[in-house]
Amino acid sequence: MIDTETRSARIVRFGFLGLWLLITLFPLYWITVTSFKAPGSIFSRPLTYWPTEFSLENYIGLFAKSQFGVYVLNSIIVSTVAATVATLIALLSGYVLSRFEFRSKGALMTAFFVTQMIPSFIALGPLYLLMTQLDLVDNRFGLILIYIAVCIPFSTIMLRGFFANVPDALEEAAMIDGCSRIGALFRILVPVMKPGIVAAFIFNFVNCWNELFLSVTLMNRDSNKTIPTAINGFISSFNIDWGPMSAAAVLTVIPTMVLFAFASRWIVQGLTAGAVKG
Amino acid sequence: MSVGDTRIAPAAGPGGAGASAPPPRPVGGGRSGGPGGTLGSSQRRIFTVRKGLGLLAFMAPALIFVAVFIYYPLFAGGQMAFRNYNLNNLTDTSWVGLGNFRDILADPVFYTVLRNSVVWVVASLVPQFVIGFALALWLRRRFRFRGVYQALVFFPWAISGFLIGILFRWMFNSEFGVINDLLAKTGLIDQPINWLADPATAMVAVLIANIWYGVTFFAIMILAALQSVPDEMLEAAALDGAGRARTLFSIVIPYISVTLALTVLLRVIWIFNFPDIIYGMTGGGPADRTHIVTTWMIQTTQRGDYGRASALGLIVIAVLLVFTVFYLLAMREKGSKTR
Repeated sequence: MIDTETRSARIVRFGFLGLWLLITLFPLYWITVTSFKAPGSIFSRPLTYWPTEFSLENYIGLFAKSQFGVYVLNSIIVSTVAATVATLIALLSGYVLSRFEFRSKGALMTAFFVTQMIPSFIALGPLYLLMTQLDLVDNRFGLILIYIAVCIPFSTIMLRGFFANVPDALEEAAMIDGCSRIGALFRILVPVMKPGIVAAFIFNFVNCWNELFLSVTLMNRDSNKTIPTAINGFISSFNIDWGPMSAAAVLTVIPTMVLFAFASRWIVQGLTAGAVKG
Repeated sequence: MSVGDTRIAPAAGPGGAGASAPPPRPVGGGRSGGPGGTLGSSQRRIFTVRKGLGLLAFMAPALIFVAVFIYYPLFAGGQMAFRNYNLNNLTDTSWVGLGNFRDILADPVFYTVLRNSVVWVVASLVPQFVIGFALALWLRRRFRFRGVYQALVFFPWAISGFLIGILFRWMFNSEFGVINDLLAKTGLIDQPINWLADPATAMVAVLIANIWYGVTFFAIMILAALQSVPDEMLEAAALDGAGRARTLFSIVIPYISVTLALTVLLRVIWIFNFPDIIYGMTGGGPADRTHIVTTWMIQTTQRGDYGRASALGLIVIAVLLVFTVFYLLAMREKGSKTR
């Protein structure tokens, strides 16, 4: 592994890496090409692999036939608010769990870990009934509350890992200089941990943006639907209209891809920190 | 007491909470907890109470959200499993004991679904692991654009499983799908395969989608583990004349085996609970051929039968718990043998 690589080994290596890159990117390429075809040529043979014509008809149709603009707006509102609040809350809990020892700490960590393993669908029914009692069914605020709760455990675990990499001395020095604990946290630690916090925020945002089953259960009115819920509505009918569907898929995927590309390094760090050490 | 006034002393170490802490500093303004004792012991006790309150104030938002919106519904769902709880008829929500469980065990579909779940986990996991391992080995050596490469192969993670299901549903379309087209072009098939409608091929199609999605995770985890192997160990092996294969199997894999085993365990649990791709691609059909326990559970929930869905959920938890215990025991046994 440290020795020099033979020429043939090198060819095999880059051949494999290239092939996997192709396989990884192809589905995205294909849905994008589909979305820019004229509706007629999507369903015609032979298939064209390069976009010979560049039609926006599917996108225009998507916004004309459905309230796609509303869905996008709902997704942006719900994901941004939920991810922001969840990240702030996880910042506090992650801080406590990384800096202090107390008797119930192990139990708390377990309680957070366990939420990542149980099938969430067991909670779906009771959650619907709970939201009915709170009069928060079919309500964006209600969905935001649930998304915050869903995001907290993992981002706490992730941020705890990032805090562990920052020495105690930093905030102690600030506190000796008269900073309060919370002041030290926000004025000294947060700037140092910016990459980790951004990664946690993006991770939360993408999870909310993609979430389907909770929003399908809770959101009924068309004006309240998020993008995945709306797409789910598109496929409930037996015949999927693949033109607008491909356009919707592209519009859903692009923002999260861009965000992930920015933060992938830190997200990877956050994910592997716990597993490799544990 | 506002959070800003609370000063929390860092812990002295595990179990030593407050025991060797410095005396509390006065808190500016506001209510301070309880009457101020002057005796050492009571002072220490007040200090720990205050410290506890401070920790609690920091933890409270997270605890409240998780308790109300995750744990409460979970426990409520747990007791629903023992009741007749159907949204279509909420007048009778009486206790039925193990009735829901008996119904499930008497349903032949349950056994199909259970078998499908095992196939889904094993046939997804093994290729994910093998391809992921190979990727990680080949990514370990630095090359130009390695960072860019990693960011690019990372991209399936930004997509929801549901949408991945839809992308592959389109690619596996029998008439206008790109997969049939490519297979026909290379001469592998002469007749288009009706992938998602044919009971014989539907599971293969959803498995391909899941393998595509999951390889990245293994690649990342295994790469991180590989990078934890100290270079000196590899150098020593090279000095002793060990070849690449020998080094891999006798040095590297034993060194990271615990990480590998735990990663596999987490993935088994996760894939077992992962209905999204199937839900977007086939919805469990044709003829329940791609239904796994969790997609079946979703269908039951959507029909309004919360009692039965909850019972299924408890069965899932029990199965995974038993599996985890046996897996960890086997791991420990193996660990003690090699030592």
